[in-house]
Parts: sequence; structure tokens; C-alpha cells
Amino acid sequence: MDFSALRNLISRYCTGEENWVDSRTVYIGHREPPPGTEAYIPQRFPDNRIVSSKYTFWNFVPKNLFEQFRRVANFYFLIIFLVQLIIDTPTSPVTSGLPLFFVITVTAIKQGYEDWLRHKADNAVNQCPVHIIQHGKVVRKQSRKLRVGDVVLVKEDETFPSDLILLSTSRDDGTCFVTTASLDGESSHKTYYAVQDTKSFNTEKEVDMLRATIECEQPQPDLYKFVGRINIYQDRDEPIARPLGSENLLLRGATLKNTEFVYAVAIYTGMESKMALNYQSKSQKRSAVEKSMNAFLVVYLCILISKALINTTLKYVWQSNPNRDEPWYNGKTDHERQRHVMIRAFTDFLAFMVLFNYIIPVSMYVTVEMQKFLGSYFITWDDEMFDEELGEGALVNTSDLNEELGQVEYVFTDKTGTLTENNMEFIECCVDGHVYVPHAICNGQILSGSSGIDMIDSSPGPDGKEREELFFRALCLCHTVQVKEEETVDGIKRGIHQGKATSFYISSSPDEVALVEGMKRLGFTYLRLKDNHMEILNREDEVERFELLEVLNFDSVRRRMSVIVRSSSGHLYLFCKGADSSIFPRVISGKVDRVRARVEHNAVEGLRTLCVAYKALSQEEYHNMCQLLDSAKLALQDRDRKLAEAYDLIERDLVLLGATAVEDRLQEKAADTIESLHKAGMKVWVLTGDKMETAAATCYASKLFRRSTQILELTTKRTEEQSLHDVLFELGRTVLRQHDSLTHDTFSGLSSEFQDYGLIIDGATLSAVMKPAQDDSSGNYREIFLEICRNCSAVLCCRMAPLQKAQIVKLIKASKEHPITLAVGDGANDVSMILEAHVGIGIMGKEGRQAARNSDYAIPKFKHLKKMLLVHGHYYYIRIAELVQYFFYKNVCFIFPQFLYQFFCGFSQQPLYDTAYLTLYNISFTSLPILLYSLIEQHISMDILKRDPSLYRDIAKNCLLRWRIFIYWTFLGLFDSMVFFFGAYFLFDNTTFTSNGQLMTTNTQMIFGNWTFGTLVFTVLVFTVTLKLALDTHYWTWINHFVVWGSLLFYVVFSLLWGGVIWPFLNYQRMYYVFVQMLSSGPAWLGIGLLVIISLLPDVLKKVLCRALWPTSTERIQRLKADGVFQRVLPQGHDSLLDPPQCTTET
Amino acid sequence: MKNQQAANRPDNTAFTQQRLPAWQPMLSAHVVIPGFLLIGMAFIGIGVALYITSQNIQVLEADYTGTGQYTNCSECANMQTTPCICNVTFSLTTLFTAPVFLYYGLSNYYQNYRKYGVSRDDVQLWGDPTRSPADACAPYQYIDSKPIAPCGSIANSMFNDTFSLYQIINGTKKEVPLDGKGIAWWTDYNIKFRNPTQGSLQDAFNGTMKPVNWSKPAYELDLGDPNNNGFLNQDFLVWMRTAALPDFRKLYRRITGGDYALGLPPGDYVLQIEYNYAVKDFGRKKVVLSNVTWMGGKNEFLGIAYLVVGSLCIVMSVVMLVVYAKYKFADENA
Repeated sequence: MDFSALRNLISRYCTGEENWVDSRTVYIGHREPPPGTEAYIPQRFPDNRIVSSKYTFWNFVPKNLFEQFRRVANFYFLIIFLVQLIIDTPTSPVTSGLPLFFVITVTAIKQGYEDWLRHKADNAVNQCPVHIIQHGKVVRKQSRKLRVGDVVLVKEDETFPSDLILLSTSRDDGTCFVTTASLDGESSHKTYYAVQDTKSFNTEKEVDMLRATIECEQPQPDLYKFVGRINIYQDRDEPIARPLGSENLLLRGATLKNTEFVYAVAIYTGMESKMALNYQSKSQKRSAVEKSMNAFLVVYLCILISKALINTTLKYVWQSNPNRDEPWYNGKTDHERQRHVMIRAFTDFLAFMVLFNYIIPVSMYVTVEMQKFLGSYFITWDDEMFDEELGEGALVNTSDLNEELGQVEYVFTDKTGTLTENNMEFIECCVDGHVYVPHAICNGQILSGSSGIDMIDSSPGPDGKEREELFFRALCLCHTVQVKEEETVDGIKRGIHQGKATSFYISSSPDEVALVEGMKRLGFTYLRLKDNHMEILNREDEVERFELLEVLNFDSVRRRMSVIVRSSSGHLYLFCKGADSSIFPRVISGKVDRVRARVEHNAVEGLRTLCVAYKALSQEEYHNMCQLLDSAKLALQDRDRKLAEAYDLIERDLVLLGATAVEDRLQEKAADTIESLHKAGMKVWVLTGDKMETAAATCYASKLFRRSTQILELTTKRTEEQSLHDVLFELGRTVLRQHDSLTHDTFSGLSSEFQDYGLIIDGATLSAVMKPAQDDSSGNYREIFLEICRNCSAVLCCRMAPLQKAQIVKLIKASKEHPITLAVGDGANDVSMILEAHVGIGIMGKEGRQAARNSDYAIPKFKHLKKMLLVHGHYYYIRIAELVQYFFYKNVCFIFPQFLYQFFCGFSQQPLYDTAYLTLYNISFTSLPILLYSLIEQHISMDILKRDPSLYRDIAKNCLLRWRIFIYWTFLGLFDSMVFFFGAYFLFDNTTFTSNGQLMTTNTQMIFGNWTFGTLVFTVLVFTVTLKLALDTHYWTWINHFVVWGSLLFYVVFSLLWGGVIWPFLNYQRMYYVFVQMLSSGPAWLGIGLLVIISLLPDVLKKVLCRALWPTSTERIQRLKADGVFQRVLPQGHDSLLDPPQCTTET
Repeated sequence: MKNQQAANRPDNTAFTQQRLPAWQPMLSAHVVIPGFLLIGMAFIGIGVALYITSQNIQVLEADYTGTGQYTNCSECANMQTTPCICNVTFSLTTLFTAPVFLYYGLSNYYQNYRKYGVSRDDVQLWGDPTRSPADACAPYQYIDSKPIAPCGSIANSMFNDTFSLYQIINGTKKEVPLDGKGIAWWTDYNIKFRNPTQGSLQDAFNGTMKPVNWSKPAYELDLGDPNNNGFLNQDFLVWMRTAALPDFRKLYRRITGGDYALGLPPGDYVLQIEYNYAVKDFGRKKVVLSNVTWMGGKNEFLGIAYLVVGSLCIVMSVVMLVVYAKYKFADENA
């Protein structure tokens, strides 16, 4: 022990990098390997504590503050606050300190609470007991004490405490079943394999005897990738090395199922486990609104600085007269006189900055955040997006993008599982051109019990019979389907009524289940995998056993999978199934033409086709293959590439057997949804890995392409005939000619009148287009391609690899209009595009939860996209747009009078409003109404939005946050603040704005001072700003009434209270009775009423005139609704909203 | 399974489904045109009333800075000796109806300088003259390390011209009684400002210094009325309520009593001014006689503004009507 500690020290000094190498060595059970092997270098690994919390009790305050002040806005306010503390400024530090404190506290409380929850969860996890084998005994320990190298005993239904390498299981074949539902949501049982040489261990003693080391890569977050090697030392011998792959790695968080117990050794613990590595959050997406907001903020910052500069300059110009600089009645202290003029000017500048700093709304960020956070609940609450079948509603993974849902211009959708059900039905198979259909399908219902074959073509001969059976066997063997014997999982399941009443096929691929089931109906039933033998019940009810030698798993690049089996008669076969494009080139014989014809026929019908091929292997060939595979599997580096190469070598020279066709039905209302998206002005692209014909059929079925759509093809088939260059230019010309001749019409936004184009492109051509240009002539394929795409209402990209999907999204994102993109998909292959697009939407599909986990929003079905975009997106957009504009507006109204006042107070930075008003304006007097508005405003009713997708166009291109509108709001703010200020000015100036004080004393006439002036302006301000919002509100629920009138009332009550008491903690009492005195004056009431109305008039006028002269379709609908004349068709209507049949349904 | 589903299912309430019953008003022409008309008419009504009322208010102003075009008190303007007495005469042809108020007005005088405005100590003014004054009072905080009471620039610069009004009746001067009570806010006089309660006022101010510019200490501000001294001097209170704008008026006296309860009858008057306050370097000062109505002092702005806005509303409603009619017309035509 001492030695090891010493060596540990030495090794740490001598081989400092040792800890940083790419692989790690784990000593199972912390036992040194026999001497003579590699030096025992204990590495240091973290313990098994999971820390998802960000803070501890001690560092919460500093760390949280640091985090918060890293945000620019908070930092800005901190600076202002510090300036106020340091120099003599017009307003007390409280005015910016309190809102900042409020904001910081609210955020800190929220984050602290979340962190407390995480702590609780962490503790629960870290303290749960684990069973560790020590010295041949089982010891109970807390989970956090588990170390790398510990051998762990996990029992059924327990969760794995860390990432473990499976050593042995209670099952003889060394397998165990695991569900990774909590990791990726896939509830199907997955099989994991114990290391071959240790799978026989059954007791703690045996396990404890094991001397072995594991070399494996350093932890990485990919859940499905793992490479490693185990070296098992037996007496004196050279160690036996075995490859380890992800099939040996039990992931933390997964649960053991259907297996009594397993022994496993911990290799990644605590924060290094793959689950913990996956905690790390994804990239931050920012919405277009946020970008506009920041741009506006910069403008306001410039305004602020220029205001301060102007005032500072004017101050010194004005003060050049000594009678103004220091009139006798306002003497300066000696200290002030002596200060250098530059310093004075600088502090004056800072003081002006402080005085006007409220123009940057401190509370806007909090309000926006609260709006997003609270607003997103409406999505999760939405009952219409709740799916009965799944028992789940929509999920919001990030609320930052709510409004982006209203801005989508391009929708990229996956086909399988997104547009379609991913609920596969075996339709037919074709063996050497003979077509077999399980006959008992009627109306999509399978009449169970009856199994038989309808042969469409003539019966095959005896030779054909053999081929046919080989084909069926191939399909029964070449898959990774498991048989589940009880009904406990929600995965993909169908009953197989053979022997046991409840057995199900489970697979991560629904196609496979459909195929195996189809085979069952055709007479070949896959029974189970037992002891590495696959058992098949053939037509004669005999059990055939095949030894499963190798599985060459499916991957989406290769697009095929293979198995190598040995039949009971000793023959070796390789069966391969895969996409036609990946099988045909590898086939050397078989009736390729007939099968191809059938495959194409099926694809046009919209069926998913797979081809099946085989190869009989000699013992020698098999041997070579094994070697090839083993060496690839043993590789620590580049294992994936080497495996792919090996697969490529093995899967060749095949004999084509036939093809299958599986139907994937369209999802409910998919066509309707796509149509709506089209009408809403969105361009819908289908990106699929499927065949072109299948995909095109689906596109027709889902109305992506209509009968009238002219299809442009950009496929390998065409580019083989002509060069890519020519094809592109030709298509470009076609589209552009159309475009040019119709530019004057397109202005109206009418799509039905001119030719509709649809583009089909496949993966290969796409990569050719995307390839960086080699010379000038082939130059801008990309540009031409984009130009074509821009003019197509629908694009279908087939044969796409997952990364290509992301590439396409990126291409469109980067095109010159920078359109907002949305990607929707359900499978792991869609994750890249979901992450790439501005908004990523996951469908909670059958291919696991990966897409849903990585998405920004997850919905149960494709049809929910319609409500998500057309209703929620639309609402969130108009809400937040108003929120942002209003916030800037109300702060202009707030601060500009203060700026104007400087011209009348000798630029002395005299604040117009009292400290309390400065502080509370943004955080209480005017905050709630706009927050509420931004949560529940509905400018138009939900049903109309859903029925008239074209309304979505009204808010396209971030149109409510355009500069024009921003400037309008700013000028409105300027106008209003001029009205407030000069209104009050003329009431005070030159005449006695006085109270005749009937309420207070008899017949006194008193003079009002500057605080009354400020209070008058402020009162007008609060009322105007609140009423302006009230005018903008189209949806007055009782909550709106409560909040709007409530906050006005609150202002009045607060002012009465604030002025009604001598506050002992204040060293001035300047507001004492100011408000009451003001209200006791008749002219004040008249003045307030007048000024509020003057401020509101132009906006009302603008609204009414715009509505009458240039109504948007939204406004037309609003008017129609208000008039109650929904039945009446508005003439010259160019939108669907004015179609009679749709309008009549309104009650 | 069923329960779990129910638990997952969101509440189906009007609020969560965003289907709360709501009033959905719209700024359509139907509402706005009559609305504008109504507002316009109401405003014109109010405006007319305000304007007429304002016209009936009598105001008499006299600049007495003594420099420039106004010659009143020019003899005092350049004199270094104080006090200097000067007279402003005027005559009334009609009755100046009660209540009549006498104001002084200063222009270009920035009572709203920031440093000036905070140069006071509200705690001191709340009846604690001997406390060490707030730093904001500097440079009028201490003299010879004795606190100034009342401290600060505002108090120091208190207006100290005095006025007395005489009616000339047959060549003899008859003093018009000026009422200096109740010219400050009631709350200022009774609550916000206090004199020390123990002992005599003079004792209470013992150990303090008078402001530099004052000729008399605070407890001797009004020798005629012992209750009008210290921090509770009405003129002081009026001065301490700093004006909002550089041109301002402050109430000096009311004319309420005696023979003048109904106002100032026609005749010749002379206003005798004790000229102390130096503003000629930067501004002007004037004296104003005015009466008030229910809507306060003379204020033509309010009435005119109401009239203008009212008529604008009406014009706008007409414009909108035209636009709306045209739009509707086009609408039906197409």
C-alpha cells in the first residue's frame, strides 16, 4: 500500500502527462496485474458523485453574482450604480440600486431554488446504496463512494450507478437486458453482452479472482460509442485481449431488466459517466426578436450617450457666464471651485448618464425572461397538443425561442415518423420477381390466425421454392429483433400468438418488426435467440436452429445490415438486407432486373422497400471475415472507420434474393398541416433518407406536391445524362423565366395563379452542388441552386445522410435573406438538423426520444406543428414584439421630459421626478400590465388563426420589429414626452398654476414647487403609458382589467401614501403632501386629462386611419369579426381567409 | 396507466387553454368617429369655460428691477446702501375683485439648480436648529464651526424685499392691510416645519448662526407676530418650496381684510418697496397683483389648449368620416 502510494507520487511527477493520454487503464478490483506486465500506474479518477448543481452553499452568492453580472445589461446597471455611489450624482444610488437588486434577487432566488432542487436530486442519487464486491464479499456502500475499478453487483430493476463494463450475468449466455428509457427515452429492451471470458462467473468469489485490466478511451458524451479492450491475466500466460464495444457498456442511468443480477466493473464514474457528460447543455440559440432587441438597445445607448454629451456641452457653454455658473444665491464650496474643469466636465457627463440611464430599461430583460418562461407554459398546457396515445403533451425544452415560432419561413421535415406514422405494415415481398402478399389484409386490418400466401405471379418451380424459403429464412434471421415475453414495455409491440399468449417483437427499427411479422404470416416464425442460436418455426412446424455468428449492425451511412449464420447442417450463410441503392451495386447474380422493376413500382406507390441478398460462405471465407472483423473490433483508434472498411469487404459479391415492401401510413392530418404551412407562406422541405420514388409518393399524398406542381428533378439519374452544370442552368432558366414574367403578380402574394414548382434532389447530387467550386466556370452552383430553391414552393431531398440534412439547413440559413428555419424530425438522424435550424422541433416518435431531447420543442405528432406555429408562434411573436417596443416607448416617455427639464434648470442635472418614482416606474407602476399583455394578448381568436394560415404572413420577416415601426414608437414616445413636459411647463410658466386649496384650508392660494411639477408630469406619464397599452389590448379578460386599473390605482395609492407620511428614514421630505396638494387643484385635473388625451390622440388616429386605408389581413378579419359579418365575402380578397366556405363556419 | 395519463394531461381550464372570456374591443371607425366628436365637443365646452374664466381674472404686474426698460425703482438698482425704499404707483379704474393676491416674481432665477435644491436640511427644519446640518448645506453649513440655522443655499438666499400697499385717497396714503397668514402650505406650516418647543425661540437658536445673507436671525423674522418666526415664518416657508422653473412667482400677501374685503376699489395706489434683493446681474424681479377663480390664477393656456384639441378632434372625426366613407365605398364597389 505504501509502495503504491509512493509510486503514485513518483508517477505523477515523472509521467505528468500520463493522466492526459487518450485512453485510460482500469484495474478491475484494484488488483495489480501480475508482475512483468505493464507498470501499475494508478490513475486518479473522480469519485462517483454526480454534481448537477451549479452552486454550493458557500459559493452561491459570489458565483451567482458573477454569473449574473456577466450579462451585459446587469453589468451596465452595476456600473451606473457604482458611479452613483462614487460621484455626486443627481439621483440617489437607490434609484438604480433597488431595481438592480430586485432583478438580481429575483433571478438569484429562481436559480437558487432550481439549484436546491438539483442538490436534492443529486443527494438522492449520490446516497443510494450500491453493492460492491470487496474481497469476495458484497458490501453496501453509498453510490458516491464507488470508484473506478470497483466491481459492482446490480440486481434486476436497479439502475446502474456508473458506466460499467459487463462481466457476467445471471443468464447463461452472458446477456442482459437493459432499458435506457431515462437516458434517451427508448423503452425497448436492449441486449448487452458480457465479456466472453468472464461470462461464466457466477459468484462473488469467482469475480474476485479475476485479474484483468481494461483499456478504454477517455469518457466522451456519445451514448452509443465506446471502444475499449480488456486484458485478462491468467496464470503466467500472456493476457488475453478482448474487444469491448458499446454492447458491453452499461450506461449509468439505464435500468437492468429481465436479468436477475449482473457483475460489472465501473469504468466511468460520477461526472465522467456518459449520462453526466450529456448534461452539458447545447448551444444557445437566439431568436430574431432578441437580435432586434439588442440592436434597439444599441440605438438607445447611443441616444443616451449623445444626450449626456449634448447636455454636458451645453452646460459649459451656458455656464460661461459666471452669473450662471455660480450666482450669488447658489454658492459653491471651495472644494468644488478648485476642481479642474475637465474633471468637473467628466463628472457632469457621468451625472447626466446616471440621470438618463433609465432610458435603457433595466426591467425589460427580466420581463422578457419572465414572459418567455411563463408564456411557454401555455404550450405545455395546450390540450389540443396532448396526445391520448402517448399520454403526453408538447414539451418546451427552451423558452427562449417562443416568438421564433411565429417567424418561420422554411420548414424542414423528416419523412419517416414525422410525416408518416412510422407504423409499418408488411405489404408484400418479391422473390425473384414473384410477388407474395399476405392475403389476410382487409381494410388495413390483419385477420389473425389465417396465414397464407397469395401469389400474384405464376407459381415458381421447385427451384423457385427453394429460393423462396431461403428468402424467408433470410428475413427471419437478418434482423436485431428481440422477442419480449410479457407486456411491460411501451415500445413497438405486436402480439405473436404462438405458444405463449403474450409475446412481442421489439426492435429499435419498426421496419424490422414489420418484416419479421410479415414472415410469420407467410409461415416462418422467428421464435427467439437462445444461446447464440436463432430459432425459426418453419411452415412444417419444425424448429430450425441457426447459429448466429456475426451481426454487422445497421448504420445509416451503409444503409444495410448483415448477419452470418451457420445452419444446423453446417452451411454458412451471409444474409444482407438494405436499401436497394446499397444492395444492387453489391449483387453479382440474381434476377436483378425483375426485382428492380418491382422495387421501383413499389416505391412509386409510396412503400418502403428493402432488398435482400445472401451469399453462401465457405469455412475459409468465414475465417477470413472473422479475422477482418476481429482486428477491426479490437482497434482502439478509428475503430468505426476500420469496421466500415471491414463491412465493405465482407458485404460484396452477393446474390440477390428479392425485395420487400412495407407501408408507412401518413400521419393523421399531415396533408392538412402541410397545406396550412404552405398557405402561411412557409416553404416546406422534406429531407429523407428514403428512396426518391417513395418519398415523392409521400409528398404527393401529403399535398406537398400538388397535381399542378411542376416537378424539377435534380437527381443522379439526370446528372448522369447531362452534366450537373447544364441541368442546374436549365432548371434555373425555367424557374427564373417564370419568375420574371410574374414579378408584378407575385406582389399580391398570390400563389395559385402562377406555376408552382417542386424540386427533387438527392443526396449525391446535393453533395456535388455543395462541393466548393474548383474553377470559375462551375462557380456558383450553390447560388443557382439556392435561386432555384427560392422559387420552389416545395423541395424534396431524398437519400440524405443525417449530416447532409444539417448541411441543407445551414445552406438556407446562410443564404442572403437569412430566413428563419425550422426543422422537425423524430429520429436520431434528425438531431443534427434540429440542432442546426433556428428552431428545432422533435416529434416524440417511435425511434426513441433522441430528437425530442435535443429539440427546442417537442410535440407528439406532426399535426401539432400547425397549432404550434400558427397559433402559439403567432401569439408569442405579437406579444413579445409589443413588449419590446412598448418597453422602449415607455422609457422614452419617462426620461425625455427629464432631458428637456435640463434646459430649464441650468443643466444642473436636477431630476424631474422624485427618487421613489424613478425607482418604481419600471418595476411596479408600469411593469405588470405589459407583462400580462405579453402573456395573454390575443389580437385575433385562436380558431381564426388556425383556419386562416395566411394570417401568418402578416407577421413574417420580423415585421413588427422593423426599424420603421421602432422609429414610429420612439417618435411617439418623444411626442408624448414633449406633451407631458411642455404641457406642464405651460401650466406652470408665467402664470400661477396654483391650488385654491379649498380642500386644505380656506381660500388660500399656494404656489407649487418643482416637485409638484415633476409629479404632475409623472402622473400624466403613468396614465398615458398605461392607457396606451390599454388601447393596444385586444383581449380584455378580467385579469387585464384587474391589472391595468389596479396598477393605476396602485400608483395613486402609493403616491398618497408616499406623500402622506413624514418618512423618518429619509433625510428629505420633499414629496410631503405634494400629490394631495396637486390633486386639490382644479387645473391639475383638467391638465392631466388634457395631456393624457393629447398624448393618446395621434396613436389612435394613426391606428384608425391605417386600419381604414391600408388594412392588413389581420385587421380585416378583426373588422369582419367585429361587424359580425363573417358570412359576407369581402371582395378582392386575396387570402383564403375570405373564402366563403371557411368563413361560414364561424358562429 | 390511466391515472398516469390523467396526471400528465394538462388542466383543461379556460385559463390554461387561453380561452378566458374576454371583451375584444376594436378601434374601428364606428367607435372612434363618434368618440372623437364627443371628446371634441366636451373639450370645446371646457375650453370655452376655462377661457372665459381666465379672461375675467385681473392681473397687474410691475417690474421693479430698476434696470433696462422698466424704470421702477431705478434709483435703488444702483445704490449700494440698503435698505432703499422705492415706490411703484398704479391706478385702478375698476374694482379689483377679491380675493386679491400679491406676488413677487423672479425671472432667470434658478431655484431648480440641483445643488441649490438639495441645500437644505429637513431634519433641522423639523425643529432642531442646533443639530449639525447636513453636508448638502455646504457652503452654508457652518460659520466658525457653529451651525447655521436654517442652513443651506435656499434659506440663505431668501427673498427679502418687503412690500406695503397704500391707497391714495385725497392725497393721503391709506394702508391696505396685507395678510401674511396662510400663504404657505398648510402641511408645511403645521407638520413639515417645526420650531423647537422648549423655552423661547431665541434660546432654542442659541449656539447657531444666522444665514450669511440674512440681516436678522430666524427668530426675529417677523417682529410683529411672535408666531411667525423661526422656521415657521410664512415667507420663509414659501421661499423654501423651490420653484419648478426659472421664471416664477411666489405668493407674498393676500388682501382680505378691512375695507378691502371685496377687493381693491378703483383709485390710485402706491406700492412701497424695500429694495434689498439683488437680481439685476442675471434676472429681473416684479410684483404682481392678481385674483383667482375656481380654476386658479390666470391661465390662458389651459383654455386655449382645450379649445384647440377639441376642434382638432372634430376636424379629425370629419377627416376619418371622409376616409371611412371613401374606403367603404371602394369596398363595396370592388
